[in-house]
Amino acid sequence: MSTVTNLATRRRVLKGVMGGAAVTVGLPFLDCFLNTNGNALAATGKKLPDIYGTWYWGLGLNPGRWEPPTVGKITSLGPESAPLEQFKDRINLYTGLKVHLDGRPAITHFTGNMAVLCGTTPRSSAVVTPTIDTLIADHISSTVRFKSLEMTSTGNPKHMYSFRSGGVFQPGEASPAAMYSRLFGPEFRDPNAGDFTPDPSVMARQSVLSAVRDQRKTLEKSVGAADRARLDEYFTSLRQIEQQVEIMLQKPAPLEACTNPDAVAEMPLGTDVEVLSATHKLNAQLAAHAFACDQTRVVNLVFNDMTSSLRQEGSQMVHHIYTHEEAIDEELGYQPHAAFFATRCMAGLADYLEALDSIREGDKTLLDRILVYAITDTGYAKVHSVENMPQITAGGANGRMKTGLHYAGKGDQTTRVGLTVQQALGLPINSWGTDSMETSKTITEVLV
Amino acid sequence: MMNGFKFKGTLVAVAAVAFAGCTPAEVGVVSTGIEASPEVGGPAVMSRLTQDQYRNIISDVFGNTVTLGGRFEPDNRVDHLIAVGAGQASVTAAGLEQYDKMARTLAEQITAEENRAQYLSCAPASATAPDDACTRQILSRVGKLLFRRPLSEGELNEFVQASAAATQKVDDYYQGLSLGMAGLLSSPQFLFRHETAEPDPNNPGQLRLDSYSIASRLSFFLWNTAPDPALLAAAESGELHTQRGLQAQVDRMLTSPLLEEGVRSFFIDMLEFDRFSTLAKDATIYPKFTFAAAEDAEEQTLKTIVHHLITKNGDYRDLFTTADTYLTPLLGSMYRVPVMAPNGLPDAWVPYEYKDGAVQAGILTHASFVALHSHPGRSSPTLRGKALREVLMCQIVPDPPGDVDFSNFEDPDHSGPTVRDRLTSHSSEPMCAGCHKITDPMGLALENFDTAAGFRTTENGIKIDTSGELDGKKFSDAVGLGQALHDSPAVTSCLVTRVYNYGTGRKATKAEQDWLKNSVEARFAADGYSVPQLLRRIATSEAFYRVVPAEAKSEMASVSAN
Repeated sequence: MSTVTNLATRRRVLKGVMGGAAVTVGLPFLDCFLNTNGNALAATGKKLPDIYGTWYWGLGLNPGRWEPPTVGKITSLGPESAPLEQFKDRINLYTGLKVHLDGRPAITHFTGNMAVLCGTTPRSSAVVTPTIDTLIADHISSTVRFKSLEMTSTGNPKHMYSFRSGGVFQPGEASPAAMYSRLFGPEFRDPNAGDFTPDPSVMARQSVLSAVRDQRKTLEKSVGAADRARLDEYFTSLRQIEQQVEIMLQKPAPLEACTNPDAVAEMPLGTDVEVLSATHKLNAQLAAHAFACDQTRVVNLVFNDMTSSLRQEGSQMVHHIYTHEEAIDEELGYQPHAAFFATRCMAGLADYLEALDSIREGDKTLLDRILVYAITDTGYAKVHSVENMPQITAGGANGRMKTGLHYAGKGDQTTRVGLTVQQALGLPINSWGTDSMETSKTITEVLV
Repeated sequence: MMNGFKFKGTLVAVAAVAFAGCTPAEVGVVSTGIEASPEVGGPAVMSRLTQDQYRNIISDVFGNTVTLGGRFEPDNRVDHLIAVGAGQASVTAAGLEQYDKMARTLAEQITAEENRAQYLSCAPASATAPDDACTRQILSRVGKLLFRRPLSEGELNEFVQASAAATQKVDDYYQGLSLGMAGLLSSPQFLFRHETAEPDPNNPGQLRLDSYSIASRLSFFLWNTAPDPALLAAAESGELHTQRGLQAQVDRMLTSPLLEEGVRSFFIDMLEFDRFSTLAKDATIYPKFTFAAAEDAEEQTLKTIVHHLITKNGDYRDLFTTADTYLTPLLGSMYRVPVMAPNGLPDAWVPYEYKDGAVQAGILTHASFVALHSHPGRSSPTLRGKALREVLMCQIVPDPPGDVDFSNFEDPDHSGPTVRDRLTSHSSEPMCAGCHKITDPMGLALENFDTAAGFRTTENGIKIDTSGELDGKKFSDAVGLGQALHDSPAVTSCLVTRVYNYGTGRKATKAEQDWLKNSVEARFAADGYSVPQLLRRIATSEAFYRVVPAEAKSEMASVSAN
């Protein structure tokens, strides 16, 4: 373990001459020297950075088949949430929360999505407020290589639900191989590598990025307000690239939990549930490694799309069609195929939690540090209901969340969970949502 | 040194494509036939380049041998067009990361030692030190083609100085130049088509696009790429602000082989062929619907469109009834029709004419429609009917209502072995009937084609009933549906709207919609529904370039979608 003396030395700037040019490189992030428990910095006692993940699945769960039988401590799960059994002490389930429509029509799938993700009941099929992940990313993930990472498991990059605004949709990376390359390809600086020499060609890139940035004032003078907002987003993205370059010029601080995962090869993609689940497992592992190596502090991971196109090989029907057209089995009391897919979704969540839990940080794991917010578009997909919307949080949020609890709402807004999640991650807000979806009622039962 | 920047539009022989109505004899100062009043116009637009536009520009400026080395963010579709979505899209951090990567990959290739003679018009005095004069010469030339206008002195100085600074850091002129060029390629001036308005001296109080913006709008409209040097020269000379000059350029562009790329691009956008990139069918049930088959399906329709609309200058409406198409043996096997390719090549294209009495006719019976608008494992008359209404007729099919009672559809007494039986249940449910009655009778006429476009006559052992109806006109099969669409005024009206919105990169304003309805549609009919003529009339109209700021167009908000 490094000492305070080492830390002080490393906190000084690195000065030298690179390619004929004098360089002064700061070392901003040294939150790596853990105490013996691995949950805080040995030198300062400061906690490891907060990390967050939105985990999305489409078409909800069947009422009566996922809720724990008792309120408070989770002692057992329903058949569709059963895949989470091994994590029942590390998750919270929220039942009985609904979307308040304010007299607006429920736009199938979209209304539920917007209500949970943005805290808004939409008037039309347009995104008007940013999704919760972007609010959190702006707060906790502005100083790392990637402000957020978006991964989808369906093979379709449009199957992602992250918007910075109506015009700025953050698509998902569909290929785990491409995501691996982006994360751990040539531009990755291994924090645990011994030697480090700044690359002069990377410094040269800074000059050019700076020239592009300098176009901003001239360009913004020549456009209207709406286009100016789009240019602002471009230049915000440019700042992120500049930051990536700056990070490449710094010797990264060692991170014990960071290992470079095995290279990921191109693989078949699609919505066959077996293919998709395999893709998702790889995505989950990449996300966990990205967190462990502090490449990002926010990941959006989609299992299946909101109008789920999950299917089984050889079947004419997809999950979505089953939810509407499959008869309820009189003996079972539910739609067996639709229930099969819902259960597979929860198995996907379990895979994600397992990937996070497999990376140790001292005597804890990434799952203790992260706050995962698992959300979906509908309560009961069979009738497109936006009541009793399943919501799940997982992980200890760096010690701020209690876990293993079942919170039973009484028809309150779904936004109560979103508000609680944001507050657990330190966002300075007292309320969240618009119109009747606005709430200031934190679910204090789950906060430490 | 060779000039490496060869715009292919200037290299190909002209007049390879012929169509009636655009002969040189008509190229004088003539009325466009669709004159518009001064309030007809709309805001200037700032559109992000689409994936295809980016690729086309790179190919035009640097040739086909360079590789991009990166991926694009998906294009965004708004009001049924990617061209309109591009006018509302920005660039995310992940997207810029990819643009930056592509820019550096491209610039490295352009400045690589083996390519310098082809691409670079000068050599530096020293290979290890800045040479601002040479850098200025190269970047101003490339920059003009990439930015679709000359770089301002300030812009040029910024990039020349940045290249010099980069050169000094790495002691390598070409690496510094490469990074400077990459800066151009990842800059907003390249990635966004930024239109600029100016006062119209011929119409005091009104605004028009400046000449370089006109050149860009024209070029992306007709060729889906940046202006070629001849068009930029016409912009520089002010020629595009004269009716004679504008008409000369439009006629030149309409007789260029690049028109085919432009027409293809429009129909790829309108017919939503971008969805082919993620289209999949269940491999167990439909083993013939492979990735190659999907590629052929898209190409079949595009070849049919180009042949019919450009080569033959045919009537747009006949696309829905024509017996002529092109097939590969692979498609023939999927459609279950014999296709004899020369030398037995499996991927060879051959003209094919459906015989009288065939159930296939027109592009609706192509896999590009019936497979694109279906589920992975089974057909969907509802999805097909919805696409017919929304894509081809510009009508709105509302989203399904929430909280529907689906019990009828589960009741065996109300269900049945065919999709028609199941959908009859939907139509009998009041909450569903409104929409299903406008989609299903059209979609059911295509039930002879399964989700992978294979021909079939039965479903679960029951003979398929393909009878249907469109706005009171009854038909018995897909051929009859095609004829009904052929005869529907909504179909031609929709095309006019889509073409205009595609060209401007935004939804038409209320004044523009009225003008399209009252003037342009009539001319389209008088021109025999010739698409090249429609393009010509719009491209030479004043309204197409008139700028009416959005702030003054309060009616924009009340324009109903499509």
